[in-house]
Amino acid sequence: MRRLRHWYGAGPLNLLALAACFALAGYAATRLLTYEPARVIVWFIGAAVVHDLVLFPLYSTADTAVQAAASHPRDNPKAEPARPGINYVRFPAFVSAVLFLVWFPLILQRPDTYKATTALDPARFMPHWLLITAGLFAASALAYAVVHTHRRRSQTLRRRRRHGRTRVHLRRSGGES
Amino acid sequence: MPENPSPSGPDSSPAEEAESRPGWLRRRADAATHRLALARDTVARHPPPGPFRPGFWRSPIRGPWLTSVFGLILLFGITTLFVTGLLSYAAYNPRLGAVNDLTPDHGILGFYLFTWPTRPYWLYRLTQGVHVTLGIALVPVLLAKLWSVMPRLFVWPPARTVAQALERLSLLLLVGGVIFEFVTGIFNIQLWYVFPGSFYRLHFYGAWVFIGAFVVHVGLKTPRMLASLRSRRLRTELRTGTSHTLAEPADPDGLVAAEPAAATVSRRGAVALVGAGSLALLAVTAGQSIGGVWRPTALLAPRGQNPGSGPNGFQINKTAAFVGVTPELVGPAWRLTLSGGPATMTLTRDDLLGLATATHALPIACVEGWSTDDQEWTGIPLRDLAALAGAPDAGSVLVQSVQPAGPFAAAILARNQIRDPRSLLALRVNGADLSLDHGYPARVIVPAAPGVLNTKWVGRLTFRT
Repeated sequence: MRRLRHWYGAGPLNLLALAACFALAGYAATRLLTYEPARVIVWFIGAAVVHDLVLFPLYSTADTAVQAAASHPRDNPKAEPARPGINYVRFPAFVSAVLFLVWFPLILQRPDTYKATTALDPARFMPHWLLITAGLFAASALAYAVVHTHRRRSQTLRRRRRHGRTRVHLRRSGGES
Repeated sequence: MPENPSPSGPDSSPAEEAESRPGWLRRRADAATHRLALARDTVARHPPPGPFRPGFWRSPIRGPWLTSVFGLILLFGITTLFVTGLLSYAAYNPRLGAVNDLTPDHGILGFYLFTWPTRPYWLYRLTQGVHVTLGIALVPVLLAKLWSVMPRLFVWPPARTVAQALERLSLLLLVGGVIFEFVTGIFNIQLWYVFPGSFYRLHFYGAWVFIGAFVVHVGLKTPRMLASLRSRRLRTELRTGTSHTLAEPADPDGLVAAEPAAATVSRRGAVALVGAGSLALLAVTAGQSIGGVWRPTALLAPRGQNPGSGPNGFQINKTAAFVGVTPELVGPAWRLTLSGGPATMTLTRDDLLGLATATHALPIACVEGWSTDDQEWTGIPLRDLAALAGAPDAGSVLVQSVQPAGPFAAAILARNQIRDPRSLLALRVNGADLSLDHGYPARVIVPAAPGVLNTKWVGRLTFRT
């Protein structure tokens, strides 16, 4: 047992579980690969590859770009990363993107038999998606405006109160002298 | 750091083995082992640039807690998808014969098959609606889970032990399998048949390739998932804003960033973002399965619109024109043939209308996840037709359409489906004659059966013992 652990790197249960997993996968894979095996393998492995090496880098880069654009390095190079603004962009962009990711075949009218099969209008998906996207960004803009107007007003109020107090203080001290 | 195999250790060189070798050979072997270990060490200490370097990953929220939150949701979600998927497979009653069975080589993978019940009559509508709608709503969670463990893909060296190498191979089945299942399912419900071959084969066998790796992954990771979830209080996490969000302490898996950047979103925010994505998908999809006034809310789902108004204005699986059913095929020359009894009978539509009819409210529920509301079907109970054909105790019936050959131009119904008094050869729906697209002159409607077993444009019923 200790030799197995040393050579294998884990306990016997790990080895048995993985062996069972591969045996079952092999049994199903022989059936999965009965027809057009090369294309099925491309789809199976391609699915993971496209996600890991295309989709993930793409959305990470997009997010980094939005962060960079939102951080105003010229105005204030030592400023903290733009916390307040970015999530008002991230939210609608993410929701719109996942809707597109799932429903893009219909949105882009890829399935050419849709209308003939269902007797339904295939052109409605693109306007729906665009309107939902518009609604999401508009709602986010509204939320930003409400939150930030409120915050600015309370900041101004605080500043005015502070200033007011100072002025009173000065006047009072001036009166005393 | 990997453990250097110690040449004098009890594991690597048992005493008897050492004694049988001459000293110089043993020394040379030890030196070779040592060089190998050194080389391995050097490789391990020099990862390729970019994502293989720990400093590449900066997000401060990436860590075992967040991964475990998404993992827990997927544990329940994917288990539900697998079970409802197996139920859908059983609902086709593949054991009845080749026309119902798109995977005749399923072997032991059909070990659990059972005769699909007819009650409750909305059973398939529920299980398949859940399967498709839940699968769609889980897409953001799946993406988030994969995002959260992405540094693991680029871990260096790729494997230190045989066990790790095998685990990574099983992860290819896990990740490749889950994305393959989601993609084939999502494309299929949009009628975008770009994948190689039959959807049923790909989705069914793909699920079995995936599920072993899923079970092993759950088995290996559940203790760590539970420990990670306990390591931070959910309530505290939900109260922590971005400015107070800090990276978790370093973890053995290397999920936590070595040099975390300042947070731009809290963990609470990340979970909310993913939840918003799931809710949005649910909102633009679920209406096609719930039906009624909710159907138009399915703004992006394929069946969020009704094809028309009036008694026949509900969802059409495939139009008559699409499958090649012409008005001539179902004109005055149309006859229904009943066979399987002592003599074969042919009936006109008027003959059928002269028989005792029954009316029942039943939905059509498709494997694609959409369904109709209950429709009022009027027709002759299948069991009456069995009696008329002289086969009152039929064990099954082969239903053949006049539509030109194609998948599900024929289907076999089981004994319980014939016996159920609500199973009809329908002639009318909602008080009107069936439209051509809904199967005029006669179609089958069976409670709880998948839509494609409700054969349209029926031309022949062959009862079997």
